Amino acid sequence: MVAAATSRLESLCSRTAVPATSLLLLAGATGLLVGSLRSSIFAQLTVQGLALGSVYGSLALALVLVYRATHVVNFAQGELAMATTYVAWQLIQWGLSYWEAFAVTLAIAFVLGTVLQVVLIRPVQHRSVIAAVIVTVGLFILIDGVVDWVWGSALKFMPSPFGTKTYDVGGVSISRLYPGMFLVVLASVLLVWALFRFTKLGLAMRAAALRPAESALVGVRVDWMLAIGWGLAAVLGAVAGLMAEPSQFVLQPTLMQPILVYAFAAAVLGGLESPAGAVIGGLAIGVSLTLVVQYVHPITSDLQTPVAFAVLVGVLLLKPSGLFGQREVRRV
Amino acid sequence: MTALLELEDVEARYGPVHVLHGISLAVEEGSVVAVLGPNGAGKTTTLRAVSGTVRRAGRIRFAGRALDRLGPAAVARLGVAHVPEGRGTFSELTVWENLRLGGYTRRGSIQPELERVFTYFPWLSERRRQQAGTLSGGEQQMLALARAFVHRPRLLLLDEPSLGLAPVLVAELFRIVRELNEDEGLTVLVVEQNAHLALQAADAGYVLEAGRVALAGTSAELRADDSVRRSYLGY
Repeated sequence: MVAAATSRLESLCSRTAVPATSLLLLAGATGLLVGSLRSSIFAQLTVQGLALGSVYGSLALALVLVYRATHVVNFAQGELAMATTYVAWQLIQWGLSYWEAFAVTLAIAFVLGTVLQVVLIRPVQHRSVIAAVIVTVGLFILIDGVVDWVWGSALKFMPSPFGTKTYDVGGVSISRLYPGMFLVVLASVLLVWALFRFTKLGLAMRAAALRPAESALVGVRVDWMLAIGWGLAAVLGAVAGLMAEPSQFVLQPTLMQPILVYAFAAAVLGGLESPAGAVIGGLAIGVSLTLVVQYVHPITSDLQTPVAFAVLVGVLLLKPSGLFGQREVRRV
Repeated sequence: MTALLELEDVEARYGPVHVLHGISLAVEEGSVVAVLGPNGAGKTTTLRAVSGTVRRAGRIRFAGRALDRLGPAAVARLGVAHVPEGRGTFSELTVWENLRLGGYTRRGSIQPELERVFTYFPWLSERRRQQAGTLSGGEQQMLALARAFVHRPRLLLLDEPSLGLAPVLVAELFRIVRELNEDEGLTVLVVEQNAHLALQAADAGYVLEAGRVALAGTSAELRADDSVRRSYLGY
């Protein structure tokens, strides 16, 4: 009797798992809307939080892509994004306009990500995933060293991509920067999504990540697909880096280090295998950190990273599959 | 007639375990050839040696080209479709995506192939949006065959298609394989436990035992052979 009731309850819960998550998101969105209507500071912080959150979400999506493709957690993803932001700075110094430098940087990031996978990850990955993860930690340190060697640790300044104008929306003044960041990140995430969803290449990449052996049998060159996956992740990271820079007003080697923690929290919150979860997780982390720092008194901006870390640990303890992850089934 | 596929003294092993001890066989263009034998005789490994999913030594020639140094993706690109044991459907993807992957090596539109496939498997068309993992075992086996056909291979490697299927479905499956062979000229190398069915569908067969070819001949010859009758046909 009890067992039957429990199992019925469980099946009910698993059937309603997605609606529960949607309800939670809906409640969050309603809360933000009501708050924004009542207080203009709250509205400003919400916009700012969503913009920062989109950056976290984009880096989180990069982590998820790499994880799904190769089951490696790439600890160097943030540093890679930082390095490509320096590349953009250099290109602007050489006379390119901001958006020209932006486009060229994304292309360089793609090549860089692909080459890193082929040269550093592929040789060790067949031996063990842990070895590959350790290589990414080494890569973190390596990139830091190279950036310091090439560009030094002095602060750099980039032109603002969106100008300094502000909008006035119903008495709430909003800097153009935040909607700009949000839209650029959103556009790149949607492009990557469309690539995976609608193109033959995207389908082959998904197949290669899901079932490498079977993919090879239909003629998919699995190794290439995984390398391209790393390339795309580096592009998303580059977008994150380029959009993070104007929000911090300076470019320095530590640009992405806190953001990597937020991105990990976002990816875990969304369920490490879920691309949509990573983006939504990023937005949730961005908004809640911004609001918590403003309204919860003992917590100041110094505590943002520890709070994000607490979220990460909390999710891992309470619901390891995250908001959108499927319960993990290991194939033997 | 020339042999589309030729294996000469092919050996293969998994780690230290030797599975094939020098297999030689030939598959004529446009024929259906069955590989029979007890469990562990190396039937599956023979197919895997062709498609490059196991380390192998010896000579494998397909349409005049050496396969023995090529990996699975390269072999597939030459026009070999391998439907592995357990079907190899992408259960997380939709029926349509599975078929699309079958046509991965083809340039341009696969619409004509899809339409042809839907004449053999009409139900696939209505269920193209369904996730492949939610199909029944028999449907997944049909999907795997349909996917291989979208590939338009010159050679189809079919591993234990009857495994876990109801007898009606197995008969249906072999009927379609035979039809594809007769109407489209598809060459098939099929591994099958059910020797009775396999020899009905095939033109010729090989009997493997312990990694070697124990017996070879046309289907009629094999059916008439006493040892085959006793061991595999059961009368």
